[in-house]
Amino acid sequence: MNTIIFTIVSLSVLGLVLSLILYLVSQKFKVVEDPRIDGVQELLPAANCGGCGYAGCRAFAEACVKAEDLDKMYCPVGGNSVMQNVAGYLGVKVAEKTPQIAVVRCNGTCDNRPKTSNYDGYSSCAVMANLFAGDTDCRYGCLSQGDCELSCKFDAIKMDPLTGLPEVDEEKCTACGACVKACPKMIIELRNKGLKNRRIFVSCINKDKGGVAKKACVVACIGCTKCQKICPYDAITMSNNLAYIDYNKCKLCRKCVIECPTRAIWEVNFPVRLPRVEKAPIIDQK
Amino acid sequence: MSKTFSLGGIHPHDNKISAAASIENFPLVDTAYISMSQHLGAPAEPVVAKGDIVKVGQLIAKSSGFISANIHSSVSGVVSSVELLPDLSGTMVQHVVIKVDGDVWMENIDRSEEIVGEIKLSGPEIIAKIAECGIVGLGGAAFPTNIKLSPPPGKKAEYLIINGAECEPYLTSDYRIMVESPEQILIGTKIMMRALNVKNAYFGVEDNKPKAIKLLKKIAGKNYPEIKIVPLTKRYPQGGEKQMIEAITGRQVPSMGLPIDVGVVVQNVGTALAVYEAVQKNKPLFDGIVTITGNCMTEQRNFRLRVGTTFDTMMYAIGGLPKDAVKLISGGPMMGKAVCRMDAASVKSTSALLLLTEAETKRGVESNCIRCAKCVDACPMGLEPYLLNRLSRADRIEDLEEHMVHDCIECGCCLYTCPSNIPLLDTIRLSKAQVIKIIRSRPKK
Repeated sequence: MNTIIFTIVSLSVLGLVLSLILYLVSQKFKVVEDPRIDGVQELLPAANCGGCGYAGCRAFAEACVKAEDLDKMYCPVGGNSVMQNVAGYLGVKVAEKTPQIAVVRCNGTCDNRPKTSNYDGYSSCAVMANLFAGDTDCRYGCLSQGDCELSCKFDAIKMDPLTGLPEVDEEKCTACGACVKACPKMIIELRNKGLKNRRIFVSCINKDKGGVAKKACVVACIGCTKCQKICPYDAITMSNNLAYIDYNKCKLCRKCVIECPTRAIWEVNFPVRLPRVEKAPIIDQK
Repeated sequence: MSKTFSLGGIHPHDNKISAAASIENFPLVDTAYISMSQHLGAPAEPVVAKGDIVKVGQLIAKSSGFISANIHSSVSGVVSSVELLPDLSGTMVQHVVIKVDGDVWMENIDRSEEIVGEIKLSGPEIIAKIAECGIVGLGGAAFPTNIKLSPPPGKKAEYLIINGAECEPYLTSDYRIMVESPEQILIGTKIMMRALNVKNAYFGVEDNKPKAIKLLKKIAGKNYPEIKIVPLTKRYPQGGEKQMIEAITGRQVPSMGLPIDVGVVVQNVGTALAVYEAVQKNKPLFDGIVTITGNCMTEQRNFRLRVGTTFDTMMYAIGGLPKDAVKLISGGPMMGKAVCRMDAASVKSTSALLLLTEAETKRGVESNCIRCAKCVDACPMGLEPYLLNRLSRADRIEDLEEHMVHDCIECGCCLYTCPSNIPLLDTIRLSKAQVIKIIRSRPKK
């Protein structure tokens, strides 16, 4: 009987002493964490994509709570609605941001840009770009190995086997920027989604002189500056034989699209106006 | 007993099918495309313009920085343009295009066959002459030779090693040089020994070239006792700079270090010949010995080829591209670069042109790593290629640096030996480039 009592008493004393030590230690090394961080994290989409520039949703939530001004913080996956929720939870105001989308600035399909050599190595754009300029005459264009597709966590960018170019799914793309970082040729750019999802952009980044660019790819920007001259809003700038349309200045008037002799400027989601075939002769019609 | 390096290595079939073909002069071309980036470092600056008349051996571009080299015309004729043209990997490089008209050489070049043994110049004069003649390392990297021969302050060279291993399969250009002009190479070695002020030189030759070893031993024993001919085991990559230093002197070059850190300077056989021709014959570097070979070719050839000859012209000279050739490699099968444009031109360091058929180049289907560690056994640098490949695919740059990916010499032994056909070299080479970029961008202590 004594043994049982002795056991119970000694174990209880031991437990009490140890719990006291644990309590003291936990008080001494207490990490004070703002409870709002958990609250903000719950509002976030939990994609952990890193598109906001932080290491993940938790890091972004911490940064949001610490930040005085939420205007510089933006979760591309959640978009404005999530940011409004976060701002509401934290009791601050946040300005609306224009939603963005990834656009592929290369239209070098197999027809437009004939292959000049066969690459039979490891299927990776990064490896390929490390070895040589590319398997076509254009040394700026898409390498067609699909690093962007692998990098996308939202299944939004897919290689089209017919054209050999990536296609962005407008519904799924969150503009997290993963594909922009993955592309060794820096073809993909984040641009404003635009009014009614309508966008105009130069679908080429070839910086070679007109003749060289045109020889490599029939839909290359040849740097003729015609679009720059016709643009009524000064939205188009030329550098290194390449036109660039500033999406903040562009009013979507589409004058440049008609003017472009090589059909390098693309319009997306506009009502159909001209059948594209008439305007852009493909390579076999010499 | 042949010497060799301690770690790794493989034994591919050496395929030296062109070894018996003696060196022929390549026929004169119609147009020469001379690249301004034939060496490591800053591209040379052209000193000629459209319409200028140039002779063979005339300076057409000046070295434009500390690491850079002069470039001389390989043909005589009229400069038709100075423009950007693609090199063999498609990168745009400034080229001087010369329309060939006859074959007029500069008067000061000694074109006689006579061998000049007496070295008149002093050490610094030799280095100046080498720089003037635009000599670069012909072992592959094309590092300017004059810089290699002037060690940085505080470092002293003890040995000069001449690399005649030619461990890459197929290549025979160095072998032909050793067999056809052994005396000239040994004089070239003597010249570099004087420039470096060293007493001893070693001449490493793989033991699959007994004729070259015998010949060199005979001449060196008689006239140049300070140059020791060292037979090396036939084993790839015996001709790797670090492997050769270890095989001959037993010293190990530190990570991210240079051979001069262990008191050694390594020069290629071709460079020794170029140095001899520059110092004794006043001939700048504008041609080189190039092997054109491949199992699909009926006739194997070794040419003395002038810089600026396009791959098209080379194929024309050998009677057209063989029907079943699908891949053209500039260099050997292990470390050479596939030519992606036939209109690209040869450079100073072009040493071979290898034609391969589809069956020879085809890669197997990649399957899972079976942890056999063959790649670890084969790596001559003691790295773990299977691990580097996994880290590289996961983009773990810091771990890659910890596992010394920057020590990879890109010899391709791991890829050669992998039974699962994993593209080890491709991923490792990519990560190596990334890691070295990061290391170089760090502030120096």
